[in-house]
Amino acid sequence: MNPKLVRKLALTVLAWSVAGIMFFPVAWMLVTAFKTEIDAVTPSLVFSPTFENFVVVDQRADYFKFAMNSVVIAFGSTILALALAVPAAYAMAFYPGRFTKDILLWMLSTKMLPAVGVLVPMYLIFRNTGLLDTRTGLIIVHTLVNLPIIVWMCYSFFKDIPNEILEAGRMDGARPREQLFYLLLPLTLPGIGSTALLAIILSWNEAFWSLNLSAANAAPLTAFIASFSSPEGLFWAKLSAASTMAVAPILIFGWLTQRQLVRGLTFGAVK
Amino acid sequence: MATVQLKSVEKAYAGHKVIHGVDLEIRDREFMVFVGPSGCGKSTLLRMIAGLEEITGGDLLIDGTRANDVSPDRRGLAMVFQSYALYPHMTVADNMGFALKLAKVPEAERNAKVAAAAKILKLEDYLDRKPKALSGGQRQRVAIGRAIVRAPKVFLFDEPLSNLDAALRVQMRIELARLHKELDATMIYVTHDQVEAMTLADRIVVLNAGKIEQVGRPLELYERPRNLFVAGFLGSPKMNFVETAVQSADATGVTVGLPGGHSIKIAAKPARVAKGDRVTLGVRAEHLVVDPAGALVGRADVVEHLGGEVLAYVDIGGSMVVAKLPGHDRIVVGDPVSLAIRDGGAILFDAKGEAMPALGA
Amino acid sequence: MTATVPLPATPAAKGGGRAVRTLPFIAPSVAVLLVWMIVPLAMTLWFSFQRYNLLNPFLTGFAGVENYQYLFEDPALWSALANTLLLVGWVLVSTVVLGTLFAVLFDQDFFGRGVARLFVIAPFFVMPTVSALIWKNLLMHPVNGFFAYVSRSLGLPVIDWFTNIPLTAIIVMVAWQWVPFATLILLTAIQSLDRDQMEAARMDGAKSIALFRYIIVPHLMRPIAIVVMIETLFLLSIFAEILVTTSGGPGVATTNLTYLIYVRALLEFDVGGASAGGVVAIILANIIAFFLIRTIARNLTA
Repeated sequence: MNPKLVRKLALTVLAWSVAGIMFFPVAWMLVTAFKTEIDAVTPSLVFSPTFENFVVVDQRADYFKFAMNSVVIAFGSTILALALAVPAAYAMAFYPGRFTKDILLWMLSTKMLPAVGVLVPMYLIFRNTGLLDTRTGLIIVHTLVNLPIIVWMCYSFFKDIPNEILEAGRMDGARPREQLFYLLLPLTLPGIGSTALLAIILSWNEAFWSLNLSAANAAPLTAFIASFSSPEGLFWAKLSAASTMAVAPILIFGWLTQRQLVRGLTFGAVK
Repeated sequence: MATVQLKSVEKAYAGHKVIHGVDLEIRDREFMVFVGPSGCGKSTLLRMIAGLEEITGGDLLIDGTRANDVSPDRRGLAMVFQSYALYPHMTVADNMGFALKLAKVPEAERNAKVAAAAKILKLEDYLDRKPKALSGGQRQRVAIGRAIVRAPKVFLFDEPLSNLDAALRVQMRIELARLHKELDATMIYVTHDQVEAMTLADRIVVLNAGKIEQVGRPLELYERPRNLFVAGFLGSPKMNFVETAVQSADATGVTVGLPGGHSIKIAAKPARVAKGDRVTLGVRAEHLVVDPAGALVGRADVVEHLGGEVLAYVDIGGSMVVAKLPGHDRIVVGDPVSLAIRDGGAILFDAKGEAMPALGA
Repeated sequence: MTATVPLPATPAAKGGGRAVRTLPFIAPSVAVLLVWMIVPLAMTLWFSFQRYNLLNPFLTGFAGVENYQYLFEDPALWSALANTLLLVGWVLVSTVVLGTLFAVLFDQDFFGRGVARLFVIAPFFVMPTVSALIWKNLLMHPVNGFFAYVSRSLGLPVIDWFTNIPLTAIIVMVAWQWVPFATLILLTAIQSLDRDQMEAARMDGAKSIALFRYIIVPHLMRPIAIVVMIETLFLLSIFAEILVTTSGGPGVATTNLTYLIYVRALLEFDVGGASAGGVVAIILANIIAFFLIRTIARNLTA
């Protein structure tokens, strides 16, 4: 056999072993989700698969209440954040002023503030304004938490559009609004789409504020799943089924956006 | 009618001047080329005419009307960008028709205009393609087509050929010349390539450091450069310059010394110089001929046989001159060479770098 | 800071002589972030100098440095700081080392590379509470967990991870979550490596190890620095994983700074004390943030 192929086969075995080990916990969760509760506590691969757990989770109305909370909060905060971020990023990318760079870095710095440092006042503000345990409250917090990343991502996508294209648009008679709708948005749609996906992922998986500022009413799935941690909630198979349903959509979103994710999470410092 | 006039036009960025009071008149249907080294301000000047850069001083008149504060699309101009700046998400037809669409031209009329432009540019078969699916030369033509459909008073070109390979550049150059005749429009063209300037222009503006060095017809600039900068910038190989001093100056001409002890008499007006003044002798390569009695004596240092001609770099007592010799010349490196200057082939520049007028001029 | 952005009056921005005002575009974002940053921050600072306990409404007034004094005299703070540093440090070391190796490995050409890459980065998208429950129940459970099963099958003693070595268990779990992040970013960085440079090094006779040592690693230094800084900011505030698995215990064995403040604020209702802890956390994060922002700012000018 030729040595190149041997090398490639060896690499394949090695890389897939690594991939298998990394993915094992997720895979194990998937497998457990199809076991009966009895099988679930014996770590064996021999079992007869069942959809029973999904049916049970499905029948528990509260699962869908929490799932709905997750959806509303993730989409609500993403739309709100985009509505705030796109105009700001547009202005900063195409009409940069003396302070543009400072504003960008300052926005970034708000992201560095540890959440726990302002937990107490946020809790008190939310309690006193009636936002505690409401979807609106979590939408606001998730918007604010994600806004800097979203501004940065939109900014970097706008920045990638060659200035000459907009100048050509100006020569062709496009006013700023027309430039935005005919040129910028069509050209950056993939970028803005992946920005939105990233914002949804971040909001969906956000745990700190969701756990501390919500309870029975507005709790998203992160908080709901956490409630299984108490020993009396030990129904592993159902827990796995619920977890699978909570994780699956986001896993798919994440896979779709991995490249843009790097850009967003490193603020463009790694492309 | 489409004329463009610049009156003491200036450009400053945060107090730093990059264009210093340019006065220029571009005539109707003229092909005007702005040429100069990079950073000379030629592109800035074009962008100021286009309306993409603000004019910080002086006036811009298009067809006699002051246009300083008119927005770019209302100046009646169209521009072809160096990077083509095609809209990547639109088809060729949509790219060309975008301006008309914004101007709310009815669709039928729009399509007719796009089709007409596509015909001129031989783009009919590509109208439904996206720019990504086109070659460099085709993209270039789409960019030109986008300008044509608007039927502008003036076409602006910002180094339009610099992203093409050498063969395509020659081809597009010829097409541009044809287009100018066909469209019968005023064109302003920026390039750093002096061959493009020489071949395309009705008149050339040579710019340097934000100032106009000289304006004139290509051959006028080539044969009678006003100063050392213009003389050195136009022409390939570059004009030979020999630093020397005046030995005598009278009504029959100016005699200057040469490296190696010879001297030569140049038919230039003696008015501005006297014996002992530093001057520069400029001679183009094609004005040097091999002549045993020649005044420039030295050895061939480098020889380039190009087939049709031979470029011989000759070391004459420390300064290097290049001579363009006939292709059949079998000169080799190390050969002793004596060169003479053809009549009228030399220009003298005074200490300030200004060309001295020839006798009888 | 002012949000007014005077523009270089480009003619493009001009519609009949008036410049486009960017203020209305930028102001909303700036305003909400400004409020978001300043109000809670000021309140935290204020509370940290107050006597304020939600369980005891009669305990009020200026406390001076009392909250800080109490905080610093509390051994729980020091163990929380130690736990925080151990957690951050070990996770950083393991994610950077593994991330670098994985990145190089997954940059190679092998069968099914695209799918394998997706498998490797998957843990990053699993929500923290779910991954905590997977590790706690399905994997590390001393009786029914997969690890216990493997140990028993091999005749080895079973480890009760979250009881006997709780901090290690959390480190392993958090590292599993963050290795994909390091891998993803370093893989992207490797892919941006100049292939010509690699070819040139090969022509110069560089073997794989030398290539890794002299070309790849130096190229990765900056991305690694960024990975370290971003991970540090997130790892300093690890919370859900601890809440779900150990609730900070046994005792305070897995209580980090974030969890300590959470306990003080929402379980003990000591607003003053929790705020003092918050201020400490902010200072800690700012030290890291300073370097991170400087690195990114340099990138912005480039």
